[in-house]
Amino acid sequence: MKSLILFFILLCLWLLMSGYYSILLISLGIISCAFCVLVANRGKLIDDEGLPIFFIPRLLNYLIWLFKEILKSNLSTAKVIINGKVEPETFTVKASQVTEVAKVTYANSITLTPGTVTTKMHKDVFEVHALNADFGNDIRTNEMDRKVTWLEGKK
Amino acid sequence: MVLIFDIFTGICFFIGSLSIIIGACGLIKLPDVFSRIHAAGMIDTGGTAFFILGMVFQTGWSLVTVKLILIGVFIFFTSPVTSHVTANLARQKDIVPVGKKIGKIL
Repeated sequence: MKSLILFFILLCLWLLMSGYYSILLISLGIISCAFCVLVANRGKLIDDEGLPIFFIPRLLNYLIWLFKEILKSNLSTAKVIINGKVEPETFTVKASQVTEVAKVTYANSITLTPGTVTTKMHKDVFEVHALNADFGNDIRTNEMDRKVTWLEGKK
Repeated sequence: MVLIFDIFTGICFFIGSLSIIIGACGLIKLPDVFSRIHAAGMIDTGGTAFFILGMVFQTGWSLVTVKLILIGVFIFFTSPVTSHVTANLARQKDIVPVGKKIGKIL
């Protein structure tokens, strides 16, 4: 089932990237996608971690929220750089997600919003470096943690 | 109609280049490696996102648009990884961040 989903994703990517729709090229695409899926299957890469399809139903909602956050923190980072009011702080937060993929998503979301970077992680504790107390408070309210847990949908 | 898209492209390019310039200033100005990563992250997200958005306005609906959006998606997924690797390596080399530490850090 998952191999079939991976095959369709790869085939869509092939069709979008090539732009030529002759029978020869499409059949070549089908053959190479099938070969890729075969190799991934033999390497046992197709599981929840390699193909996190349980994200998909809520992904769009989360991405819109994340883009809004990125835009907001981009503005405040620019302000901090121009003002020069830099008071860096380092702290730890606890991630409440179950699966590894969701934890990585949370850590990546923290890093993706400018002003906060995940510097280290050990089990479910992340060490976060923030440019300013405001950025730190944004993470410490655990709003992003709740959103990612909701995105994961396992609780 | 073409004029409106040109204006949108101009606005997007302006915002993108502004955030890249501010990010570059931050790279020079900020105190230590961890703070500089924030400026680099600003270039990665704000700069590239607005430049790609501006280019999407120029191409309209075609396969080129899809390729541009795919470039954006791949940058979106890979840039936090590089930021994290830089920060993590600095921590492993026992570089302690400037500024206050709240609670017990790892």
